[in-house]
Amino acid sequence: MSLWETLRIALNALARNTLRSFLTALGIIIGVGAVIAMVAIGEGAKARVEQAFASMGTNLLIVSPGSSSTRGVFGGSGSMPTLTWDDLRAIREEVPSVRIAAPQLRSSAQVVSDEENWTTSIYGVTPEYFDIRSWAMASGAAFTASDVDTASKVAVVGQTVVEKLYGSGADPVGRVVRIRNMPFQVIAVMARKGQSPMGQDYDDGVFIPVSTYRAKIQGGLQTYIAGSIFVGAISADATSRAEREIRSLLRDRHRLAPEVDDDFQVRNLTEIASAQQEGTRTLTTLLASIAAVSLLVGGIGIMNIMLVSVTERTREIGVRMAVGAKPRHIRAQFLVEALTLSVLGGITGVGLGLLAAGRLAAQFGWPVQVRPDIIIISLVFSGLVGIGFGLYPAHRASRLDPIEALRYE
Amino acid sequence: MTAQPLIVVDRVTRIYRMGDVEVRALDGVSLEVAAGEMVAIMGASGSGKSTLMNLLGCLDRPTSGRYLLDGKEVSAMTTDELAEIRNRTLGFVFQNFNLLSRTSAAENVELPLVYAGVPAAERRRRAAEALQRVGLGNRVGHHPSQLSGGQQQRVAIARALVSEPRVILADEPTGNLDSRTSVEVMALLKGLGDAGMTVILVTHEPDIATYAPRVIVMKDGRIEADERKEAVATAGVPT
Repeated sequence: MSLWETLRIALNALARNTLRSFLTALGIIIGVGAVIAMVAIGEGAKARVEQAFASMGTNLLIVSPGSSSTRGVFGGSGSMPTLTWDDLRAIREEVPSVRIAAPQLRSSAQVVSDEENWTTSIYGVTPEYFDIRSWAMASGAAFTASDVDTASKVAVVGQTVVEKLYGSGADPVGRVVRIRNMPFQVIAVMARKGQSPMGQDYDDGVFIPVSTYRAKIQGGLQTYIAGSIFVGAISADATSRAEREIRSLLRDRHRLAPEVDDDFQVRNLTEIASAQQEGTRTLTTLLASIAAVSLLVGGIGIMNIMLVSVTERTREIGVRMAVGAKPRHIRAQFLVEALTLSVLGGITGVGLGLLAAGRLAAQFGWPVQVRPDIIIISLVFSGLVGIGFGLYPAHRASRLDPIEALRYE
Repeated sequence: MTAQPLIVVDRVTRIYRMGDVEVRALDGVSLEVAAGEMVAIMGASGSGKSTLMNLLGCLDRPTSGRYLLDGKEVSAMTTDELAEIRNRTLGFVFQNFNLLSRTSAAENVELPLVYAGVPAAERRRRAAEALQRVGLGNRVGHHPSQLSGGQQQRVAIARALVSEPRVILADEPTGNLDSRTSVEVMALLKGLGDAGMTVILVTHEPDIATYAPRVIVMKDGRIEADERKEAVATAGVPT
């Protein structure tokens, strides 16, 4: 007897009790639907975190000054300056796992165009900074090392600033903005980068050469860096090594005794990102295991109904045996029936899960991401549930004594 | 003349254990049935006729003794081998028809062929033929619930003969039928016997037994009488 034949018999048997079949499969439908939707939500959250960190920069470490005696409490960048320009050069030149390093000085200032004004962050940076943060220009070209050398009054502006000063879609390259009443020529507009993982708008800022910044915007103390150092490691794997090497270099340079805490801070963005991802992964696993439990409960439901079905159809089993069905035919019949129930439930569940994920994405703007492998896995798993929980009822059916079965009322 | 009878039952006993009590349902029964014979087995309930029928139908195995069907030793066969014998060599007709409900007459008749691995197209053709043979050629698509008792039993007979078995076993085939349809069904079974099939029927009604040229009477697990009415009619029927 062919598998197709068995499948046809199973489908007929299931169709005879449509409502019951549906209710039995409902456990699997909900289980699989939940798995698909939950994982889609989890993956969406993970992707959002990943993207947010990727937009901060590649293989990024941020070295900032600060007092370690109040670890965890930030005085704010520059509030306790400890990093020197020599430190920056040393990081750039002496640490092998560092590809590039750039300063980032920051203060808030009003920027005025011909039409509008906007208070935003002014950053003093070097050209390497754009590289570290993998920040492309939407139009124009960023300033170069010679602009830094000559402390030219040029500015690279973010998209938000462009919108506020010139209206969206405008290209202000070549125009002049006034920062603290000094004219700067806009030479480039940066590509849009969006939000930081903490919700800060990256595009709300104006970038000028660090030398110009030090001469015109900043005042006072000049030996220390009134900001932080952005470091690009040579690879993603090297970020932890870079972190260690920078730490020991700076401790050395700052002549810190072994028992003294660091007077600076090194933040490894790659590690923070992976920690965050770990968090979302835990969440996904948790959601998926809850869903898996409901799948298991669905399997028990199938077993229950299959046992009822075997009892109800005892006479049918007897007739089939009398006309020549072997035990394995009977076993296959009920096993395929359970399998059909669970796989059809699984397929419906996938559809339902996708629908739910789509609705969540559309209605609440949740970032959902459907993983095709999860669809395959949950279908296979629901099939396994069908086989696992169908095996015992099928076995029981196949062991019936035909004489008893034929006499069963 | 066939060298060996189709059915040879040799000193067969069948003992059931019910807790500590032993029930001798069959107690040393010996019996031979030639190919093409029509035999009625009679007896009161508890006489062992149903047990004998189950043994002949390969649904059960004897506790001791030998049963040869078509020269093959059945008592030593595995469950799967018995299933194959039932499928190919035997056809069953039951008192309560035992048709699958919500399944068309044709599909019911096809059932033995499904387990014999016959392709679907041939199955359909043979099922239609078998239904034609029992006079239900126009009821192919009807479900059992749409058929009368007599019609249902005729579907069951079609199912029994569709695989062209050597032996048809009918267990009280008219037990659930009124006298008029009983006559029709018995005429049908008699026709199969005349066409060369071996028919063994179990009944407790003497007038049903009269359709068979040979009547075996059972009592307390033993054969009490084995009578041939017209010896001429049974021997030498070409198969």
